[in-house]
Amino acid sequence: MPNLSFSAPTTVDEAVRALASAQGLAKPLSGGTDLLVQMRSGRVRPEVIIDLKRIPELIGIREESGRFVVGAATPGTMVYENESLTRAWPGIVEGLDLIGSEQIQGRASLAGNLCNASPAADSVPALIAARATAVIAGPGGRREAPVEAIVTGPGRTSLEKGEFIVEFHIPKPKPRQADAYLRFIPRTEMDIAVVGCGVNVTLDVAGICTDARVVLGAVAPTQLIVNEAAEALKGHRLDEDTLSRLDAAAQRACKPINDKRGTIEYRTKVAGVLAKRAAIIAFERAAGRVAGVH
Amino acid sequence: MSYLDKDALKVVGTRPIRPDGVDKVTGRANFGADMKLPGMLWGKIKRSPHAHARIVSINTDKAMALPGVKAVTTRADFPDIPPDKRVLGAAPANLWDLSRNCMATGKALYEGHAVAAVAATSPAIAEQALDLIEVEYEVLPHVIDVEAAMAPDAPVLDDSIFTSGIEPKPAKPSNVTKMVRFAKGDVEAGFAEADVVIERRYTTKPVHQAYIEPHACLVSVAPDGQTTIWSSSQGQFMVRGYTSRIVGADIANIRAIPAEIGGGFGGKTIVYLEPVAYMLSKKSGRPVKIVMNREEVFRATGPTSGAVVEVKLGAKKDGRITAAKAVMKYQAGAFPGSPVQQGCICGLAVYDLPNAEAIGYDVLCNRPKVAAYRAPGAPIGSFGVESCVDELARELGIDPIKMREINGAKEGSKAAHGPTWTNIGYMKTVEAAKAHPQLSVPLGPNQGRGIASGYWHNAGGESSAACHVNEDGTVTVTEGHPDIGGSRASMAMMVAEVLGVPFETVRPVVGDTTAIGFSAVTGGSRVTFAGGMAVTQATQKVVEELKKRAAIMWDISPEAVDWRDGKAFPAGPNAGSFEPLDLPEIASKSARTGGPISAEVQINAQGQGPAFTTHICDVEVDKETGHVKILRYTAIQDVGRAIHPSYVEGQMQGGVAQGVGWALSEEYIYDKDGRLENPGFLDYRVPVASDMPMVDTVMIEVPNPRHPFGARGVGEVPIVPPMAAVANAIADATGIRLRDLPMSPPRLLAALDEAEPMRAAAE
Amino acid sequence: MAKQHVSTIINGEPVEFLCEPQQTLLDVLRDELNLTGSKEGCSSGDCGACTIIADGNIVCSCLMLGAEAEGRKITTIEGIAKGDKLHPVQQKFLEHAALQCGFCTPGFIVAAKALLDQNLNPTEEETRYWLAGNLCRCTGYDKIIRAVLDAAAEMRGEAAR
Repeated sequence: MPNLSFSAPTTVDEAVRALASAQGLAKPLSGGTDLLVQMRSGRVRPEVIIDLKRIPELIGIREESGRFVVGAATPGTMVYENESLTRAWPGIVEGLDLIGSEQIQGRASLAGNLCNASPAADSVPALIAARATAVIAGPGGRREAPVEAIVTGPGRTSLEKGEFIVEFHIPKPKPRQADAYLRFIPRTEMDIAVVGCGVNVTLDVAGICTDARVVLGAVAPTQLIVNEAAEALKGHRLDEDTLSRLDAAAQRACKPINDKRGTIEYRTKVAGVLAKRAAIIAFERAAGRVAGVH
Repeated sequence: MSYLDKDALKVVGTRPIRPDGVDKVTGRANFGADMKLPGMLWGKIKRSPHAHARIVSINTDKAMALPGVKAVTTRADFPDIPPDKRVLGAAPANLWDLSRNCMATGKALYEGHAVAAVAATSPAIAEQALDLIEVEYEVLPHVIDVEAAMAPDAPVLDDSIFTSGIEPKPAKPSNVTKMVRFAKGDVEAGFAEADVVIERRYTTKPVHQAYIEPHACLVSVAPDGQTTIWSSSQGQFMVRGYTSRIVGADIANIRAIPAEIGGGFGGKTIVYLEPVAYMLSKKSGRPVKIVMNREEVFRATGPTSGAVVEVKLGAKKDGRITAAKAVMKYQAGAFPGSPVQQGCICGLAVYDLPNAEAIGYDVLCNRPKVAAYRAPGAPIGSFGVESCVDELARELGIDPIKMREINGAKEGSKAAHGPTWTNIGYMKTVEAAKAHPQLSVPLGPNQGRGIASGYWHNAGGESSAACHVNEDGTVTVTEGHPDIGGSRASMAMMVAEVLGVPFETVRPVVGDTTAIGFSAVTGGSRVTFAGGMAVTQATQKVVEELKKRAAIMWDISPEAVDWRDGKAFPAGPNAGSFEPLDLPEIASKSARTGGPISAEVQINAQGQGPAFTTHICDVEVDKETGHVKILRYTAIQDVGRAIHPSYVEGQMQGGVAQGVGWALSEEYIYDKDGRLENPGFLDYRVPVASDMPMVDTVMIEVPNPRHPFGARGVGEVPIVPPMAAVANAIADATGIRLRDLPMSPPRLLAALDEAEPMRAAAE
Repeated sequence: MAKQHVSTIINGEPVEFLCEPQQTLLDVLRDELNLTGSKEGCSSGDCGACTIIADGNIVCSCLMLGAEAEGRKITTIEGIAKGDKLHPVQQKFLEHAALQCGFCTPGFIVAAKALLDQNLNPTEEETRYWLAGNLCRCTGYDKIIRAVLDAAAEMRGEAAR
């Protein structure tokens, strides 16, 4: 990379200017656990790297009334250490925590995982299932978008030149609302998800689901919000019949590919299995959360 | 003198801290890529993107013109090697094949095959220069699968190769370089008298040794041709010798210094980089360092064979095997030399077979040349035979351990490939397995237990060692074997035992090629055996010399001196009453009694003992995803004599982990153009810490009487049984028999669903 | 291409270096600062042989640019022992024979030390998952895990005193 330049701005505006005015391919740098791998393999050849980690507002977690605000470049270890967020949304935190090794967790971030736009991203399904939004800074100012609007295809996002994510807004759970994320990998660690599933449910006092979101990863070019699966849950308890319909709905939604990590048939089957298992956990967590999290 | 009585040993059999240990836990130890020299250049290699292609032209002008580039090399710089120079000493490699593997000649035979190289003042410039080398290829059809490569219409890699071992000699060239065969008795008669005959087909995929340290070297060629090579390898003498032949230099002009080596498992018993770095250094006049990156390691260095193993077994109702036939087809990669013969031999060697036949085919295909991988050939052959024996046992309703009690190799039985066994411990491993507490652990739902055995013959060969008594009475022992697993500690222990001195006063050194006599590679489980034999003999000579010096100091006859517990004693009351003399005292007078006290020994070690082992594996299967978890694992092995028990246990545990990876998750995945899709540790999946349980080890000692301490090789046989042990455990847990490796979740789930269609439909 | 000037603290000492923008911290440690204890096994963050501690977290130095070290506190394998006094993890690795070729060892020791810095009583499972990012091909992990658990026990004993 003969013409690579590196800078580390300390404000959002500085970073926007640097990205917008860059000559050649400009990449924001968060944890670097995708970017540096891609640079090393030659898949990506940036000419400009803008390190976002010196911008204070991009690192850290704060609670406001009704929501968590998570800095885009906050590393996984910091997210995991936040007891309040971990209690509120274990599915989101586990999703991020599952990425790679402890070493990767020292650097990997929600924004990095999202904007790398791999269909198999572990932190994204639960984030979407929780109806999180991303706050984006750019030459035109700031805008907010649902997380599911960011990824448009493998390796592609809807971010314009000069734009980057500043923070995520994650609504706090309502009473009897909880989530779960599960993934399937061949080993016990260190693999990219063959299938991932985030389930977010709200129950009423009787244990009947009143609201749900089921999001699948790694079975389509982008994460899939499976409305049919949510409908299978709404209005029902989680009994064998519901699980069976959930499984079928998840399988029907899959549009996976055959690749070195899994076959179409395998991914489809396991999507159904994970949807069931994640739903069981989410329902259990939701039933135990009577008071919600304020 | 022999040291076979374990109770008399004071050092051997204990667990001291290895002498190179502190350097390794503090980051001080220097591995292949850790060396620098002033003026050093960085070398990088241009590699073929095609699995099979004719190299039409190579133009390096633009690369040479890039500022910072100091040398470029291609095949044109390398000499042809005439037929009478293609083998060097007793080393196994065909050096013409190896030369063409280091730098492609006329054709690129696999994706990743080196076609050119550059040296420049920085890695970034070298990388840029690679892009400026223009190579024109004529892409040819390629073939990788072993049976596809054997087909009559397969693209032929080398049209000068005609299958050897079959009569009459074929008229057409073939990718089948040879057929090997051995037999005992009459297999057809054996099958005829059997009550049950089963025939099964097993397949394996290529797997890589996956050492964590990529290949690396630093080579400096002076204008007069005198050369220093610093590299990590499994043999500095191999590096020196092979490089000399490939570049056309005299051996005496090359000094090869062994760096510490970050794993080899057989994959570093040959050279890839040193001859290329040599050419770049010679042409630029500066030292050149080349380090492979991980992708290059996977794309361009030898994994072991992928294979097809067909096994036919016949047995009586009471479990006695009456006949065994195995047909094995192994990928050789771009040049001949798969370990198919070893696979045939080792697969059958575990059993006492009245009638047997094994046929093996060595098959060229467009992937890297096979390099040795821990008991080369044996794990593949044993996967087939041990799985088939398990299937046979189930057919007959006989416990798998009992099956091995009935049929296993015993003292005096004759192996199918010829030798008659003496001093072997196979039945002891079976007995120990039978008595092991793991067998009584109750198994829960979806859990199963598998047994498998293995054999490896181990190597002897050439080793040199020198033992020096220093002026202060401490001892330096120099040997010629790179220490991959802790062997230098064992060398020092044997020396300390023979001398009767504390371990800490003996320092082992792995010498470079100028510091010690010729020593063959660290491989074949031979270092503790052959290297140990050499250091023991050298030390015994030193003891004789020490007795002579004491005799001179006492003015008595040398026959009147005894040596024990690190001291010289008068042999009896008639010898005189003298105070014992220890090493420091004798050493301090050595100049006056004859000079330095030293001995060097060179041997070609004979009498290596074979290794047998039996493993027990417990698994749990997630039937909805096909995921397999290893719950418990025990490896029981005849180790001869464990010189340093911790390092013997370590060999067993490490081999088991590699076998588990081979069984469940490791494989080379090629796309339709013959390009490797998973050249990295993300998608080439080796076991991680959370994938493995503790591995229990049981070391049985049936001493090898032909080694002074009873040692036999231990390092390789542990990798032989695990694939079958895991397959047998999965069969026990689910009733599903998987015969194709790896037994990855999609394969197991598909097989589970096929066997239980009602369950699949219900979902 | 202009080099970056970086000021950082490595193993407690202030350090300044120049590096090209694309050089990773691992490249800088090994090739510019002669700290060759951290190893390159894969360059893709999958093997952990390059593990260092940056501002309290273990990270793969192959996935960090040298320029990112500015103003940070970095600990490498060379900083784990204090003079000739080994850290308990290092000592236990030796006693348990938790290394064979020793190439992965620096990465494991740095990662294990970081585990014990935050948890002196890890279970076997917690230890295995913490170390899942460190590949070892020689040992099968058994003795490594035993060494770490034993180091924890020893450190708990000392802490109790």
